[in-house]
Amino acid sequence: MGNRTIVPFGPQHPVLPEPIHLDLVLEDETVVEAIPRIGYIHRGLEKLVEKRDYQQYCYVAERICGICSFMHGMGYCMSIERIMDVEVPERGEFLRTIWAELSRLHSHLLWLGLLADAFGFESLFMQSWKLREQVLDIFEETTGGRVIFSVCDIGGVRKDISSEMLMKIKTVLTEMEKELKETTSVFINDTTVKLRTKGVGVLTKQMAFDLGAVGPMARASGIEMDMRTQGYSAYGKLDFKPITNDGGDCYARTRVRIKEMFQSINLIRQCIDIIPGGEINVKVKGTPNGEQFIRLEQPRGEVVYYTKANGTKFLDRVRVRTPTFANLPALLETLKNCSLADVPILILTIDPCISCTER
Amino acid sequence: MKEQILKEISPNDLLTEIMKIKNDGYRMVAITCTNKNGMELTYSFDKDYELLNIRLTTDTETELPSISILYPYSFLYENEIKELFGVKITGIMPDFNDNLYKIPVKTPFGVNE
Repeated sequence: MGNRTIVPFGPQHPVLPEPIHLDLVLEDETVVEAIPRIGYIHRGLEKLVEKRDYQQYCYVAERICGICSFMHGMGYCMSIERIMDVEVPERGEFLRTIWAELSRLHSHLLWLGLLADAFGFESLFMQSWKLREQVLDIFEETTGGRVIFSVCDIGGVRKDISSEMLMKIKTVLTEMEKELKETTSVFINDTTVKLRTKGVGVLTKQMAFDLGAVGPMARASGIEMDMRTQGYSAYGKLDFKPITNDGGDCYARTRVRIKEMFQSINLIRQCIDIIPGGEINVKVKGTPNGEQFIRLEQPRGEVVYYTKANGTKFLDRVRVRTPTFANLPALLETLKNCSLADVPILILTIDPCISCTER
Repeated sequence: MKEQILKEISPNDLLTEIMKIKNDGYRMVAITCTNKNGMELTYSFDKDYELLNIRLTTDTETELPSISILYPYSFLYENEIKELFGVKITGIMPDFNDNLYKIPVKTPFGVNE
């Protein structure tokens, strides 16, 4: 047996966008076990439901995380709408879908940049985030915000996107797609990238299922699971299939996220082509009474929103089970028997969003 | 969206029910705790996008067995519920002994304001 040491990883580390602490038990340079400690950015947002009424809580929900902001707002609004039997107008559903897919695109671009930064490929990191800026500019023009949009409301959306703006989005995405192909080809074909990601952090299909992995983490191990196929919002009217890969390693997860970016561009185009006219929201009166589970597909995977209402304006409970929370056990498993040098790549491979995890 | 099923059980039947669910090939989705008229725990499972919810009501004095022997990754949810709500879940593997989150207040969700 080699020398055993415990190396603390985080909460501050150059590769971590958000604080998480791992005690890495090492035998020489091999990780034997990883013990997580979270809570550095626990804000008690679920407890805040006692102080904010169900309409104000929409603003709290979208502040759970800056990257997944729109879909948190959307998930919460959908849970209240289901309880109150509110039907969102079709145009509102399409607008939500467009913003949701733009969120997925910018999230994956952010992740790609961080991955490149993790293995020291600075120029690729800059290029990925340069592409991401174009998506953030679209957000700013359509919602007024780059990170927190505050466009999702119970009953629909607050802002419309004009036909001219929709055409502009289509043009920007078409131009971006060409640059995206060039940038992502480096991730797929570069020798150094392959050396750092192929065969690293292998999660078999059975392991991914047994550990409850979701999102690209599961799909890269061959599990065909994508909540969008359930047809919520406007997804029921769009043509797409979940993207999977059988590799199960970091390279496979990278490929899945890259393909999902192109899929998102395609879905946005489909939405723009068939979006109907009409109202974007309905007035919601009264207070919710009942409970509901809502599941969406965030960029990182399946998110579960549980809302329990008692007929008053204050809710009994809002519970958010985020995809990173579900993927943590899979991360801890992939860290076992990996090399210390691979730890940053493996942590990034689940696309961790600690703000979402801790709420 | 597919159907959501809710089944209420007694805390004594927890492990038996969860074992049946595991044998049926369900994936565990979440464990939710609500502090209203006692501690209401809802265990959610998924199979082919159908959501099955198993609910039981307990309190902070009664011991509840962990399901981590059946679903190992439930340890995160159970540690969170134990730390935030004060539900006495025993046999969690691994048990963080209320050190998962860095919170200055003990069982903050266990207090109704």
